[in-house]
Amino acid sequence: MSATFLGLPATAAAGVGNLRGDKPFPVAARIALADTQLRRNIGHATETIRAKRAAVVAELPDWEELRRAGEAIKADTMARLEPLLVQLEERVTAAGGTVHWARDANETNAIVTGIARAAGADEVVKVKSMATQEIGLNEALERAGITAHETDLAELIVQLGDDKPSHILVPAIHRNRAEIREIFLRAMPDVRADLTDDPAQLAEAARRYLRRKFLSATVAVSGANFAVAETGTVVVVESEGNGRMCLTLPEVLITVMGIEKLVPTFADLEVFLQLLPRSSTGERMNPYTSMWTGVRAGDGPREFHLVLLDNGRTAVLADEVGRPALHCIRCSACLNVCPVYERVGGHAYGSVYPGPIGAVLTPQLTGVSQNPSLPFASTLCGACYDVCPVRIDIPSILVHLRAEATRAKGGGVERGAFAAVAWAFGSPGRFAAAQRLLRLGRLLERRRGRIATLPWPLSRWTAARDLPRPPRQSLRRWWARR
Amino acid sequence: MRVALFATCLVDALFPDAGRATVSLLERLGVEVVLPTRQTCCGQMHVNSGYPKQALPLIRRHVAAFEPYDAVVAPSGSCVGSARHQHAAIARRLGDHALERRARDLSERTYELSEFLVDVLGVTDVGASFPHRVTLHPTCHSLRLLRVGDRPLLLLREVRGIDLVELPQAEECCGFGGTFALKNSDVSTAMLSDKLRHILSTRAEVVTAGDVSCLMHIDGGLTRLRTGTRALHLAEILACAGRQ
Repeated sequence: MSATFLGLPATAAAGVGNLRGDKPFPVAARIALADTQLRRNIGHATETIRAKRAAVVAELPDWEELRRAGEAIKADTMARLEPLLVQLEERVTAAGGTVHWARDANETNAIVTGIARAAGADEVVKVKSMATQEIGLNEALERAGITAHETDLAELIVQLGDDKPSHILVPAIHRNRAEIREIFLRAMPDVRADLTDDPAQLAEAARRYLRRKFLSATVAVSGANFAVAETGTVVVVESEGNGRMCLTLPEVLITVMGIEKLVPTFADLEVFLQLLPRSSTGERMNPYTSMWTGVRAGDGPREFHLVLLDNGRTAVLADEVGRPALHCIRCSACLNVCPVYERVGGHAYGSVYPGPIGAVLTPQLTGVSQNPSLPFASTLCGACYDVCPVRIDIPSILVHLRAEATRAKGGGVERGAFAAVAWAFGSPGRFAAAQRLLRLGRLLERRRGRIATLPWPLSRWTAARDLPRPPRQSLRRWWARR
Repeated sequence: MRVALFATCLVDALFPDAGRATVSLLERLGVEVVLPTRQTCCGQMHVNSGYPKQALPLIRRHVAAFEPYDAVVAPSGSCVGSARHQHAAIARRLGDHALERRARDLSERTYELSEFLVDVLGVTDVGASFPHRVTLHPTCHSLRLLRVGDRPLLLLREVRGIDLVELPQAEECCGFGGTFALKNSDVSTAMLSDKLRHILSTRAEVVTAGDVSCLMHIDGGLTRLRTGTRALHLAEILACAGRQ
């Protein structure tokens, strides 16, 4: 990791992976808003998780201190990421694992494909992982003739439905159980024909389907929630036990981990293993926490590979204001409270990282010019910052990235309009003159006292809302005559 | 006590009634109010839309206009939020450290109206009378940037004759978000429709808030649909002095 950067660190590789949508956010959002089933599904799911989270967070008297501790540990990690990663490599290697350094999606996909091929595998089982979704690993394996089987229930629903994840924690949050039944009947071989949408029946069908995969696969691919530099231990937390199966049964285990998933010491996990389950699933503890350090003869995989993925992360690290986006522990609490996410779902963001954290992380990973609409996909209401377990000030980063987006765009009508408004606000005299000009707006509406139609771009306002008729007298004029 | 009214550009140009109500309320409580005429806009719209450099002269103007006063009061949680959380940071990022210091000093004596009434003047009963059914939208920036908490409710509860009803999902954003309402007008409208649904479910005649920007958005929907519910700034309710 002693690379010398010439200029700025590279952003995420283009043309591969799932960080770039094909439509700007407002367009994709408009399509999503019209999907009444999606709005009902997501509205119901986020409301349920929000309430669960609020209840278990309220139980802890030291929640704010935990958040501050989480923030401090992550800030410290980012400040010395390079030596800590080298320490992790040493410890993993000493414990019998192999560490690979990957600059981007293409390098990672090539490394994983190479290991699977060397193991003679034509299929792999996967633990739910954001990093591998980010880099499009399944598609890369497919091209190499290797089938990847998602084993997390929600990821399986997405995969069988030939769909994309729409939530970090609950990738199939946009589906209800009737839709899941249809997907299973269509895509799951040997599924019982009288399958109902009873959750227990759906889970049983998935369990039978997956059990065969667990027993036949020789290679597993996972992500990592945390990796401990001090010990070389990798941690995966999950709810279903599918992860435990993947991490213990196959002969070869490959973990793809974003370089920011690091924590310095084992004791640091004490903080995050409290913050994460309460913030994500609204549970006091997650059902399964798997930790492993390298390999052990006669127990678990005989080969362990850890792929450290950059894919734009060092570019984020280089930005003082945007850097805390790397502190994210992928809990999804910000998605569940976001009024924008709740109405449009995850697909509108065009990235595997949707919602508020996606709106600050994705444009930084790809470079803002490739996702210029995402920093504007927020009202800056601040609900995300309040629930973030590591106190990422998402609204401030959004505002920072907006400045980058407008700078990248250069001139244009909007910049001109803002310059004109700034000029008008530049002196009280000009502002008073602008107010007199505004009074002409009174002519637009003389009957109802409300303006209902205006030309573009204000038509975007008046399409659904009135504007008040400008007053006869501004406040400063009233004051002057008082 | 001499207090400068930080009117905000929106109140000055479009909603002078909220500004006049703030003046009359404060004067009734024995405060000497001044409207510094050098003020124009705090620059929040420029900062939040991605034009911090254009905002810098506005921040400079704001600080110079209000620096001479003991306290600054605004009928807006959002604009006070801008002064408190953005001005110094923008000045620092753009390299004006003197302005950064001055902006920070000024922000420490800049108050949103309900903060000023409850914390500085120490009153919750401002002698108002408003015999109507009212619900409060607490506004995102008052809640989450300023942490005004239940101060607006403390004030409203003391108003004579008021029938104050709780707004369901009150803490959720109305969908305004400044230029968000234009750039993402569809999402903004979807959020507004849910906010209106909650407001109308209370059967209130009036929805109130500490920010005219949110109210402009909410009222825009209420009047478009001829709902028979109107939006009024908190100051306009508190300024209504009835016989006691």
